[in-house]
Amino acid sequence: MIRPDLLLKPTPKGLYCPPGDFYIDPVRGAVDRAVVTHGHADHARAGHAHVLATPETLAIMASRYGEGFAGATQPLEYGETVEINGVTVWLSPAGHVLGSAQVVVEWKGLRMVCTGDYKRRRDPTCRAFEPVPGTHVFISEATFGLPVFRHPDSDQEIAKLLASVRASPDRTHLVGVYALGKAQRVIKLLREAGYHETLYIHGALEKLCKLYEEHGIDLGPLETATLDTSERGAQERFRGQIVLGPPASFHDRWGRRFPDPLPCFASGWMGVRQRAKQSGVELPLIISDHADWDELTDTVREVDPEELWITHGREDALVRWAELQGRKARPLRLVGYEEDAFE
Amino acid sequence: MQAFSDLLERLILTPSRNGKIDLLVNYFTSEVNPARGWALAVLTGELDIPGVKAGSIRRLAEARSDPELFRMSYDYVGDLAETVSLIWPGTRGANRVPPIEDIVETLLDATRAEGERLVAGWLDQLDPKGRWALIKMVTGGLRIGVSARLTKLALAQMGGVDAGEIEEIWHGLEPPYESLFDWLDGTAGKPAPDIKAPFRPVMLAHPLVTKDKRDDPDAVDPAMIDPEVFAAEWKYDGIRVQAVSERGTRRIYTRTGDDISHTFPDVLAGMDFDAAIDGELLIRAPNGEVAPFNDLQQRLNRKTVSKKQMETRPAFIRAYDILVDGGEDLRTLPFRDRRARLEDFVARAGSERIDLSPLVPVTTLDALEAARNAPPAPEIEGLMLKRWDSLYEAGRPTGPWYKWKRDPFLVDAVLLYAQRGHGRRSSFYSDFTFGVWRDGADGPELTPVGKAYFGFTDEELKQLDKFVRENTIDRFGPVRAVTASAEEGLVLEVAFEGLQRSPRHKSGLAMRFPRINRIRWDKPAGEADQLATLEKMLPPDPLARS
Repeated sequence: MIRPDLLLKPTPKGLYCPPGDFYIDPVRGAVDRAVVTHGHADHARAGHAHVLATPETLAIMASRYGEGFAGATQPLEYGETVEINGVTVWLSPAGHVLGSAQVVVEWKGLRMVCTGDYKRRRDPTCRAFEPVPGTHVFISEATFGLPVFRHPDSDQEIAKLLASVRASPDRTHLVGVYALGKAQRVIKLLREAGYHETLYIHGALEKLCKLYEEHGIDLGPLETATLDTSERGAQERFRGQIVLGPPASFHDRWGRRFPDPLPCFASGWMGVRQRAKQSGVELPLIISDHADWDELTDTVREVDPEELWITHGREDALVRWAELQGRKARPLRLVGYEEDAFE
Repeated sequence: MQAFSDLLERLILTPSRNGKIDLLVNYFTSEVNPARGWALAVLTGELDIPGVKAGSIRRLAEARSDPELFRMSYDYVGDLAETVSLIWPGTRGANRVPPIEDIVETLLDATRAEGERLVAGWLDQLDPKGRWALIKMVTGGLRIGVSARLTKLALAQMGGVDAGEIEEIWHGLEPPYESLFDWLDGTAGKPAPDIKAPFRPVMLAHPLVTKDKRDDPDAVDPAMIDPEVFAAEWKYDGIRVQAVSERGTRRIYTRTGDDISHTFPDVLAGMDFDAAIDGELLIRAPNGEVAPFNDLQQRLNRKTVSKKQMETRPAFIRAYDILVDGGEDLRTLPFRDRRARLEDFVARAGSERIDLSPLVPVTTLDALEAARNAPPAPEIEGLMLKRWDSLYEAGRPTGPWYKWKRDPFLVDAVLLYAQRGHGRRSSFYSDFTFGVWRDGADGPELTPVGKAYFGFTDEELKQLDKFVRENTIDRFGPVRAVTASAEEGLVLEVAFEGLQRSPRHKSGLAMRFPRINRIRWDKPAGEADQLATLEKMLPPDPLARS
């Protein structure tokens, strides 16, 4: 079989396929041809000449960057194949956010799979991860690639939030969530847990919540957390309510409108208490859209590739684990993917 | 154990002091004896579980994962208890959580080997939060932002008593503190333990800081004070202690009332008197002068102290004040009278472990200002000003006492390396190594002279972190090297308290207390300071001196 780095190799602009002449999730500058795994801004950038992705990811990019975000776009459904300069490319669900995909690249009998970001646990807002059989080289993310990251059951974390809302009915629960994926998943999980009250959302979440609803994901009653300043005591209506917004928004002036706020943050990083403390979070909710340590290692065992490449996150620990398992592994040390921004 | 681990987690995540006090009051009110008493012992650091140490917990966890993976995880998390609690493989189904009193009482009776086995068994049963609380409990050193003092304030609030009342009897009480809680509950009278050589609450000073440099809200402008009513003395760079010798019992307390007697048997042996002294604990250099703080550092936090340590680094107390003399409480006398009594006492005691802190003559404010910045020894941090009529009051009253620190040394250095921080800073490059110019074989080169990880605001930390990420030229594990040349590089104004020769460092010198004073975005790296500038600041070479 041919050497894998003839088919895909790390470059400063991202993972590049020389025979196909395309990049997967290019991170630096515009390229002629990009294959995009999912809509988070560090993976999906605007300005490329040609973008191939799932229809959902293309819709997300259009919603964020405007219709002209790329010279040309090419939607590809999960499982459909396409030829790019003699290289076969297809997409398999990654379970990360709506439209997220693993990119499967095949050439001269070699099959390489780049996961993008992924998780294995249940998410009512996107298709579950599907492992690709017969993978020779598995290129995995490693955002939570340390054995201290073992995310608890998400339903248990949602129950924790609802218990806190009941216990502190005078406070506003401000839940930090990223606008794409985490917001809609937390909302959906709250609905599944029987919470049917109106949820208040930051303006930055509106468009993507609407997009999810257009894709058939019912999020229940949502209202923008605006404030009519002409009305005295208007902010009082947020008492006892749940408000969702990007975490950074709670630190700017927008966050000052809520009475006696109780800062919460739904993120895999909340498993480490010091991280919660650092971000001023009083109620950490360990809900992640990335695979935790067990999901990462179980997935490698399940896919059972001949070679494991690790793209971004905590490469060293996963490489060490692979060594202990007698697996061939290599850190790619791709730069440009942000560790926290979308988790 | 569940209630206690919930308490610890909520304490660490609750930023406000009053919020923490409320949590503690609620816990102590809703729990019963002896559970809350053992919890109190853990919170105040009074519980010593022999046998089970941090090292053995670490080995247990390494054996269940992998030493290398453990190291990487610990490097990321920054806290041993948290790392172990998260990395420990849980056992599903085994979820009977033992109550805190069972855990403590069983461990106190256990041998070392049994202790380890018991802890491992409980770690299997608990969830990560419970594991974390258990490890914190058995290894001590909670680091959850709750001091023993804050806990005592909560107890005082719970019982509607004064915190001073609790501090006075504290050293006579023992875990699980049933008599204390009975008193605070109102079901029994105040415990009256027979405490020999008790701690007396210490008197502290407010800082004097020139108006344009003030960031401490409690600081007072020197121009506001009238030098005529003040006595002045040097503020030494050691640790403030209270040495008490009464009715045959000798103790040395820190200013927060921690008993450190066992660390300084040499000083204890020289306390052949009946009095309570306030002073600075220092190390005597071979030439009879005060040794640098680093020598004292070598003797701190040791459970046992070797003979050699005591010979090469003999400790002594430089006396500032006298609180009790021969059973007579002097705290209600003015400083003028106490000072006379102190001078008389030191002369009478004739101990080689106690000497007198000399007074600095006070003429004008300008003269004091000059003295503060040119102290006679490098181990002096500045001046203490005390009103001649000041009584010895507990706490930090405004007006009677001031500390007036020397201005720090400043140097412009170039950022060379940055290391990811620990704990709450683990997503930031927050530990900065910086260097200055010297003549190398191939022309001017930068040589590292120190490392600093504070002094900047949160906003500046974000800017520094951004600079590091955008200017990385190399990576070594958690460390990044950044662009640093005469044309391109970031100049940091570094403040430090003193400089020492150090053969261990490439540059041959070590800074005391370095911190980032200012980021000089405006200054070209080529104009940063030279090593020769720093060398001129060094004290005379001790080898040359002898």
